[in-house]
Amino acid sequence: MGTQSDIKLIEENGLRLDGRNPGDLRPIKIEAGVLNRADGSALIEWGGNKVLVSVYGPREAYPKHNQDINKAIVKARYNMAAFSVDERKRPGPDRRSIEISKVLSEALESAIMVEQFPRAQIDVFIEVLQADAGTRIAGLTAAAVAIADAGIPMRDFVTGCTAGKVNDKVVLDLSKEEDNFGQADLPIAILPKSKKIVLLQMDGDLSLEEFDTATSMIINAISRINEIQRNALSAKVKVDDAGGE
Amino acid sequence: MPRDESGILSEIKKGYIIRQLQEGKRGDGRTLEQFREATIKIDYIKRAAGSAYVELGKTKIVAGIKVEAGSPFADTPNQGVLTTNVEFLPMAFPTFESGPPNEASIEVARVVDRGIRESKMIDIQALVIEPAVKVWIVFVDIDVIDYDGNLIDACTLGAVAALRSAVVSGSVVGKEDFKLPVRNTPVSVTMVKIGENIVVDPDLEEEQISSGRITVTTSEDGRLKAMQKGTTGSFTLDEIKKAISTSINVGKHLREKHLS
Repeated sequence: MGTQSDIKLIEENGLRLDGRNPGDLRPIKIEAGVLNRADGSALIEWGGNKVLVSVYGPREAYPKHNQDINKAIVKARYNMAAFSVDERKRPGPDRRSIEISKVLSEALESAIMVEQFPRAQIDVFIEVLQADAGTRIAGLTAAAVAIADAGIPMRDFVTGCTAGKVNDKVVLDLSKEEDNFGQADLPIAILPKSKKIVLLQMDGDLSLEEFDTATSMIINAISRINEIQRNALSAKVKVDDAGGE
Repeated sequence: MPRDESGILSEIKKGYIIRQLQEGKRGDGRTLEQFREATIKIDYIKRAAGSAYVELGKTKIVAGIKVEAGSPFADTPNQGVLTTNVEFLPMAFPTFESGPPNEASIEVARVVDRGIRESKMIDIQALVIEPAVKVWIVFVDIDVIDYDGNLIDACTLGAVAALRSAVVSGSVVGKEDFKLPVRNTPVSVTMVKIGENIVVDPDLEEEQISSGRITVTTSEDGRLKAMQKGTTGSFTLDEIKKAISTSINVGKHLREKHLS
């Protein structure tokens, strides 16, 4: 976590620097089917985050020795654009994005009916165009919409949210400043129907009570975020129907 | 975690492990919350500032600490630098290959690093030689030499034991030798889900049949410092909460036995 935790991130009236209450989300907007070529796609705008996701597949896994005779393999590639952060990010995968790609692939594979597509590969390209804290969770939430948009069968949506701790207080959906100077960060992704946790990471400092508060805030927010995912998909289906493409 | 792609684990053995678990027993006779026998030898490598050889059951790793003077990061001019790297050596497992770190070894290294960093085990503010110009850079390098499951905990044990014993040679900057400033002793506890059971410190066979892995790293005062869910599969929130309390209990025991 950040280097200084003495920076004031919560005002005397209990509001955060951007005016939110501790349990408030930033505005979230998702649009499905934004790309032409890809089998499925989605753009999410979550606070200041702009993340584009495209899906290709299921297609034959390549190289062949990667094929699994029992199921499709899911390969998510999380990538930050060079211009997505204040200081230019050197293009290409670094250790952080390799780890994130791994946990995102595993979270998505837990929801996709991979057993229906032996020897296949499902590619999920997650491009962070503009980063504003919580990019992995924004990318994952959009990826579920893009996979559904591609018509790939899933057991459930995958819906993510982050909670954290700033000025000794547990808050939902950290902003950039809260992420940089906060005391803990807890990204979680859930299958909203079964409430099963498919992604969980944490760093910083939390007591057991703070963990409980954070997770109940997240679970509460998940249904709101899932609603936005569902609306994005049905809006896409309506457009398809009307346009007759 | 790498899978044994040769599919050595037979269906019969899988069935045996799962049946045993239903009776609360594990293939090697452990209880669900029991770690394998661990052996830690510190000062194993004399050329390193600190080192540890760890056996966790049949998993073996060597951790070495090197400390060099170098430039701080621009955004943290008044802090030393800590970096963790894990090498999955080809000698450790049939499908481990030489070459640059892959996603599995990067994940292990980053989870180990997070536990050390977030528990503030090393006082990196005390590692400044000349502010904004010269600081101590602490390299934690870990060789995995024999793989039989649960590399995260074996590597965390090794890294922490090695850091606790490390002595920095100050002569390169005209100072006296000093012990690394250690303030906390993080311990990670990794569990996997097999059927409806959650087992601590999985061996390779248990990893292979598991669905979902969770690591919880706690500090001496029993607070959460780092967590990582890994591999395909899922946990309920209650399972996570139980894993956290298991980590606190088991971690306390490990710390007393091996790191005090």
